[in-house]
Amino acid sequence: MDWSHSLRLVAPETLLSISGLVLLLIAAWGGDKASRLISILAVAALVAAGFLVAPALCAGAMGPDTVAFMGQFRADAFASFAKLLIFAAAAGSLIVAPVFFERLGAMKAEYPVLILFAALGMSIMVSASNLITLYIGLELNSLAAYVLAAFLRSDERSAEAGLKYFVLGSLASGILLFGMSLVYGFTGTTSFDGIRAALDGELAMGAVFGIVFVLAGLAFKISAVPFHMWTPDVYEGAPTPVTTFFATAPKVAALALTMRVVLEAFGTQNDAWRQIIIFAALASIVVGALGAIGQANIKRLMAYSSINNVGFILIGLAAATPQGASAMLVYLFIYVAMSLGGFVAVLMLKDADGNPVEAIADLAGLSRTRPWLAAALAMIMFSLAGIPPLFGFWGKFVVFQAAVQADLIALAAIGIAASVIGAFYYLKIVKIMYFDEPAGKVAGESDVAHRALLFLCALVISPLGYLLTKCLGGLADTAAAALFFAA
Amino acid sequence: MVGFPILTLMLAVPLAGAVACLLVDAPKARVIALAATLIDFVLGMVLWANYDIGGAQWQFTERVELFAGFNWALGIDGIALMLIALSVFLMPICIGASWNSIEKRVGEYMAAFLLMETLIIGVFAAQDLFLFYIMFEAGLIPMYLIIGIWGGADRIYASYKFFLYTLLGSVLMLIAMLWMVNEAGTTDIPTLMQYDFAPEAQTWLWLAFFASFAVKMPMWPVHTWLPDAHVQAPTAGSVILAGVLLKMGGYGFVRFSLPMFPEASAQFAWLVFGLSMIAVIYTSLVALVQHDMKKLIAYSSVAHMAIVTIGLFAFNPQGLEGAMIVMLSHGLVSGALFLGVGVIYDRLHTREIDRYGGLAINMPYYALFMMLFTMASVGLPGTSGFVGEFLSLAGIYQVSSWVTLVCTTGIILGAAYMLYLYRRVIFGEQKNADAAAMPDLDTREWLMMVPIAAAVLWMGVYPESFLAPMRKDIAALDARVARAKPAGDAQLKAGKPKPAAEHAEHEAAHEGAH
Repeated sequence: MDWSHSLRLVAPETLLSISGLVLLLIAAWGGDKASRLISILAVAALVAAGFLVAPALCAGAMGPDTVAFMGQFRADAFASFAKLLIFAAAAGSLIVAPVFFERLGAMKAEYPVLILFAALGMSIMVSASNLITLYIGLELNSLAAYVLAAFLRSDERSAEAGLKYFVLGSLASGILLFGMSLVYGFTGTTSFDGIRAALDGELAMGAVFGIVFVLAGLAFKISAVPFHMWTPDVYEGAPTPVTTFFATAPKVAALALTMRVVLEAFGTQNDAWRQIIIFAALASIVVGALGAIGQANIKRLMAYSSINNVGFILIGLAAATPQGASAMLVYLFIYVAMSLGGFVAVLMLKDADGNPVEAIADLAGLSRTRPWLAAALAMIMFSLAGIPPLFGFWGKFVVFQAAVQADLIALAAIGIAASVIGAFYYLKIVKIMYFDEPAGKVAGESDVAHRALLFLCALVISPLGYLLTKCLGGLADTAAAALFFAA
Repeated sequence: MVGFPILTLMLAVPLAGAVACLLVDAPKARVIALAATLIDFVLGMVLWANYDIGGAQWQFTERVELFAGFNWALGIDGIALMLIALSVFLMPICIGASWNSIEKRVGEYMAAFLLMETLIIGVFAAQDLFLFYIMFEAGLIPMYLIIGIWGGADRIYASYKFFLYTLLGSVLMLIAMLWMVNEAGTTDIPTLMQYDFAPEAQTWLWLAFFASFAVKMPMWPVHTWLPDAHVQAPTAGSVILAGVLLKMGGYGFVRFSLPMFPEASAQFAWLVFGLSMIAVIYTSLVALVQHDMKKLIAYSSVAHMAIVTIGLFAFNPQGLEGAMIVMLSHGLVSGALFLGVGVIYDRLHTREIDRYGGLAINMPYYALFMMLFTMASVGLPGTSGFVGEFLSLAGIYQVSSWVTLVCTTGIILGAAYMLYLYRRVIFGEQKNADAAAMPDLDTREWLMMVPIAAAVLWMGVYPESFLAPMRKDIAALDARVARAKPAGDAQLKAGKPKPAAEHAEHEAAHEGAH
């Protein structure tokens, strides 16, 4: 076993953990005054880590060369794709945080450090090729996330969100762990490759239980129906920059992890899990769409929207083909751009005193008071609804294409018909912003960083985004090929 | 004209105009919008002038492999050319119709219209299946905004209904398209038009496409979004909706359903006939009892579109040509009728028929124009309406006498409701003082009415100008669907001619008798 090779492969994770520890020391001595500096350094660390993982994606790394620490860890193109998205989303939620917290006097130096550790945990998650590595990564991420949800100590809703997230998250971890132990018991190994080989052929009843429990635990992490109920409460209660983070990076990590587990470890038993995934996909689409209709708070609405989008992404997983995996990655990229843009726009909704505006009714007539912000938000809404020519359509397009290619035509037809339900509430937001008389609530100005970030996201989801399809599709295909090569 | 990307330019001009309109104030936005639409009109005429009738089937083709999974592929045949010409012709008139009547958020309004124009031309010019779908669906966004922001009192309900109805219709088409592309291995529309799908698959594909186009068309019973959308939309919105957007449904049948699924089209022809017959009779009767002018014209649109669908599914060149001419004619005539309603709505701010009366006295020129368009809508010989309806019915008569009988009744009913409308609004006594005080057409309104009137008469008197570019494409389409052509019910049998010899003998005998 070549240790130096392994260490080279985990260089991005090493960089993140060392910078996290160093920044923690700076925080300990510098105090909250240094939080802006620490945020900047944390973003720099994420960017540097991004540069470290990018070559693996561009080179299409796959196969035995990407395996570190005797099969515990796999730094292939697939992991790189997910990591780049995770780092970008984490950096985005670092950039928008200081303005939000400073107004409340709650900017703590720990915030960027926690985000860094969460990113590290996610980075380990998507590279896991062993149940133990998976669990370590997942818990590292979750612990940081519980603290982040409760970060606004003075706000009751934030504390409630943190507690809810912790209790339900622990329950889900327990279910996952139980499933993992069943899988281990019936296969005799924790490595994905070993599980894959052991599960081939006749499937023991106990192993089926194991698969179901593992999937239930993962469904909680990606907030797929029926394990979605924590999402609206946590999204609403957590401080908005944290919600921005929750809606983007952990979603990518958990979905990438699910792909790895399902396609790699359980890849020989597609029929055993496919019906679970199909149910979760359709139920998420429908529940996400119906649940959103009655919401009065934009953050809760975005939470249901993310449940809805996860449903669409899972349709790609149900296909269980490289095309399906590639489609999911493309969708994830677009989803991150849409969610990040959406939450940045929500952060920019402030009243004259700078207090955040979260009630949907207060957005009335936004197009006349803040035309560009309203236009960006409308674009995001239409894009989330998957209406062409916005880029959100492309995500749905590739996912449904993969489903049709895998001969899941009924699933595709039902899924796309259900997407019309979702269109209704996205349209409602546009209607409130464009058709109603101005409420005059939103009056606060935002700084350049927010505007630049929103502009960037809007640019990606605008029709110009289609120019990315070739490059994006190529990278996603490479990543999916790496995933299936490993399998 | 080889290589010059005129179609891309036609798409780019309104798009650039739309962006510009968002950045300037109201008077400048109006001018920019008018200029952009006029430039596009000129380009459209250049396109027509350079279109080589009898030349290659697909002309002005462009193909850039810009995207993964589909291409930026444009190109037109005669059918698309005519529909593009109709669109670019109506667009400046729409801008003119909104010149004064739109007062709030002018820049956004003009931008939405110009975006709409880009997407409409894109739909007709797209040669890639998914590019078509993107353009087809994207049109929902600007139209939703146009109805919702600048519409009438009940605009919110109408805009939702419009959006969700048409979206639900279209999404299944996307799945069908994905299946087709997976099966045929290409997204190129001309190639797909020659591809023979298995007849069993065609059934499902046809139904999925039908769901989309029937809503767009609209056919009974999925037409209910149309009266709401029309009534609530601003005048120019109604014009573009009736004039061009409804044609996308018919274009879809011509471009996709018929050539790609000929067997399924024949299989479902009875369905189309049945729905069309109901539509013609039912919506005409509904139109008779309307109190709202726009609603009346909206229902008449549904009836006219039913004539289009029976013509399309007649499986013969007359029917197809007739359907195309009805589409073009209806685009002009219903557009003009909505403009006419807009003219008096701008003066009195009501569409109630009872609030008007005797307009012939104080608005003689207006009455004249409305007379022409009413007659064109009824299908009076000499106007465009006659040519199309006659050809359509002549086409369907070869297939089914009953359908012809029922649809011709519909035309009589059409005459009834249009003339009844005309009598109530234009003739009779001037029972409302405010309506009697309305001034006649002003210069702007003249400039809008005259071109349409000229086009209506031209199409009525010399339809060859419009038929010539389409003839070859319609013949190609007819040849394509010929193999599935259903048998007509007329069972024409040539009469037994008397044997010439016998006749001669008879004659001879006759002679002999003398």
